[in-house]
Amino acid sequence: MKGSAAAPPLLEVDRVSVRFGALIAVNQVSLRIGRGEIVAIIGPNGAGKTTLLNAVSGFYRPYEGTIAFEGRDRTRMAPPDVAALGIARTFQNVALFKGMSVLDNIMTGRLLKMRGSFLLEALYWGPARRQELEHRAFVERIIDFLEIQAIRKTPAGRLPYGLQKRVELARALAAEPKLLLLDEPMAGMNVEEKEDMCRFILDVNQEFGTTIALIEHDMGVVMDVSDRVVVLDYGRKIADGPPAEVRKDAAVLDAYLGVAHEA
Amino acid sequence: MKALDAERDTFPKLVRENARRISGKVAIREKDFGIWQSYTWARYFDEARLIAHGLAALGFARGDRVAIVGDNRPELYWAIMAAQALGGVPVPIYQDSGEKETEYIVDHAEARFAVVEDQEQVDKLLSIRARCPRLAHIVYDDARGMRAYRKPGLVSLAELRELGRKFEVGHPAHFDTEVAKGGADDVAIICYTSGTTGVPKGAMLSHRNLIVTARNAAEFEGLREDEEVLSYLPMAWVGDHVFSYAQAIVCGFSINCPESAATVLSDLREIAPTYFFGPPRIWESLLTGVLVRVEDAARPKRAMVQFFLRLAQDIERKRLAGQTGSLWQRLLYPLGSLFVYGPLKDNLGLSRVRRAYTAGEAIGPEIFLFFRGLGVNVKQLYGMTEASVFVTIQRDGDVRLDTVGTPLTDVEIRISESGEVLFRSPGVFRGYAKNPEATSQTLADGWIRSGDAGFLDHDGHLKIIDRARDVSRLADGTMFAPKFLENKLKFSPYVREAVCIGQDRPCVTALVNIDLVAVGNWAERRNIAYTSYADLARKPEVYDLIRGEVARVNRSLAEDDVLRGAQIRRFLVLHKELDPDDEEITRTRKIRRGYIAQKYAPLIEALYAGRDHVSVEAQVTYEDGRTGTMRADVMIRAVDDAPARTAR
Repeated sequence: MKGSAAAPPLLEVDRVSVRFGALIAVNQVSLRIGRGEIVAIIGPNGAGKTTLLNAVSGFYRPYEGTIAFEGRDRTRMAPPDVAALGIARTFQNVALFKGMSVLDNIMTGRLLKMRGSFLLEALYWGPARRQELEHRAFVERIIDFLEIQAIRKTPAGRLPYGLQKRVELARALAAEPKLLLLDEPMAGMNVEEKEDMCRFILDVNQEFGTTIALIEHDMGVVMDVSDRVVVLDYGRKIADGPPAEVRKDAAVLDAYLGVAHEA
Repeated sequence: MKALDAERDTFPKLVRENARRISGKVAIREKDFGIWQSYTWARYFDEARLIAHGLAALGFARGDRVAIVGDNRPELYWAIMAAQALGGVPVPIYQDSGEKETEYIVDHAEARFAVVEDQEQVDKLLSIRARCPRLAHIVYDDARGMRAYRKPGLVSLAELRELGRKFEVGHPAHFDTEVAKGGADDVAIICYTSGTTGVPKGAMLSHRNLIVTARNAAEFEGLREDEEVLSYLPMAWVGDHVFSYAQAIVCGFSINCPESAATVLSDLREIAPTYFFGPPRIWESLLTGVLVRVEDAARPKRAMVQFFLRLAQDIERKRLAGQTGSLWQRLLYPLGSLFVYGPLKDNLGLSRVRRAYTAGEAIGPEIFLFFRGLGVNVKQLYGMTEASVFVTIQRDGDVRLDTVGTPLTDVEIRISESGEVLFRSPGVFRGYAKNPEATSQTLADGWIRSGDAGFLDHDGHLKIIDRARDVSRLADGTMFAPKFLENKLKFSPYVREAVCIGQDRPCVTALVNIDLVAVGNWAERRNIAYTSYADLARKPEVYDLIRGEVARVNRSLAEDDVLRGAQIRRFLVLHKELDPDDEEITRTRKIRRGYIAQKYAPLIEALYAGRDHVSVEAQVTYEDGRTGTMRADVMIRAVDDAPARTAR
């Protein structure tokens, strides 16, 4: 399943820079993510990780450089169009509809896949009904997969933080993405919740073949989960390779991990 | 012994008959992907036969033992029947057992096959396989997370079914031949009982044991084909095996497997079973859930609910004593049904229950009265693994608070000279696997020594006092029945577990576990902040609360002439919850006294040394098997003896 260098990468970011006025948040970063890979993007605070993710998901427009998805340039595209291509994401701060049930929240992840007229939808009749049932069946598979059956009907806002993160992942999965961008999926979780989340990320990758790019601070998680680690510092890429190699890289140790024995 | 028709003397034969007689009737439902999926008896039989063919393709031989590990799933019930059809013996194992316990049972039972639910169980079995060389094949149902697993002898259920289909083509008569070889006295299942002392023992039950007992109980209780049962208790426990497998097959009723352990309460409500079984802790947690929600309700609503609940319990108490409620009460009851009892039963999923049982431990009178008051026909039952469960049941209309009922059809009860309950029945087991010594200690001339101290009252009702070996005396010769005291303590919603100590001691002391939900809610209401169980357990306010509960127990003891001297003088609230993973209680939540006395010796010494606090270090076992140490400072409180009073 792992992407090889020869096959065309799923995502190719070529010398992309993002500027906010005079501040260069991402500076000439290039990276490739192969199909089926799990890539971790790490770096100190303010290194430009989230900005890079936002550029990929179409939320920011790169100042220079190109982003190609499945070999097609999509540097300038609005987020809904990017989503329609098959890129889904979760957010650093949970962004769920708090008053809506977990089920409805996940169903919103299917919106892009829904076709039909407003009238038929409103009447819940004919093709609209069939379509709704199909989507519900798909969502139920994800609920089963992420083991959140018990909270199906619970309003999202009432859930503890760790579960909200899981629901957010479920919503992203509902869009059947080819590339899943996870912005700090384990932030603020306890050890047990982190272990669960790690398992889910690995299972998603294995079962659905989803390619995953994630930003994470917990080095234990990064080393366990990812096939490859990309390190950013001050907007520049300073390392890119398998976890074991990156961990020994002198520049990375200086920039991010502090002293060697701390890693 | 009743003769069994040779065409209907094993479970596979009975299922085959159901598959003909009531082929289109639902046998199993399972909630999967949010929908209750139904399987008919015809499907039940076909699935089990296919699994049997698959096992045969792997070289399954008569007498082979099959470990069954997982939550209640149709596939696992089918695997039980498949093993029986081929003349093998299923050995269900508690799904939450740690590696050590699982290894002991797999090794002791000499299991050659294992059919398990998912990755968690596969990982456990793979890691013990190095030390259990006999375990050749592991079959798993849910393949998730195991794409990369390439281990010899590891097959998915889908692959097994494929093997089965091929095998069937070459051996079309194999299944029927093997089923025909089976007889009533073959061992149908080995249930390992956790036991409060020593290592687990494997009780062997034959098809005859289970079929006759299940049928007797069904006739005694008037069970019908249209019963609905929720199969939510561990498959390794004989109770689930009898209710969800033996009785379901004998009567042809439907069982329902919950979606996951976390959804049991909402699944209960959706299914609304007609026949329900719960150990006291289940009834307790249902009641606690109700009381917590009542506390959160607006004042007028709360007052109304509390008024009607009191009314119902009052009427029920009178009814059990053979009296009727006052005219006023009888007039008000229908109003209560309309506004409180009906909606509450519906909300709990108990609105269709025709009969429900509680067993395993004594149930608190308040809890018992609460559910009976609502109109739920919950009754007490006395049973043991070694008896294929049923020994006594309270008959409809003959329910009491303090007895476990009268003997079931064909059950004889005798009390030994030392006061121990002995019984003989068609359900009496075939002995413990590979343990003749334990068998001869329990079973003599067809009579089973229950190990319980009890007596038959003049109406023929059996009354259980305590475990026979636990009844002892204080240093001054006063009689001391620890479980009796512990049950009284546990009747408080705030006390989850209690261990009383007193043998050869000057007085009785208690170690208490608080109920985190109930005490947590109580604390929040009083603005007492806490972070964890350990933190809550050491709050002075909580100690005051528990002291009140201990004083209540002492007051009720003071009314009893025999037990007046055994009041609880000092207690402490344990800094951790007693846990089966730490071997402090069994998986069915029975206290392992010997182990606790040893593990908490410093605490117990401090209780008797008159100190007011003690520091401890405790080993805790995490769910993944790692261990850690926790340190705590535990307070000790004294309680006054209640003055002697004569019974009202």
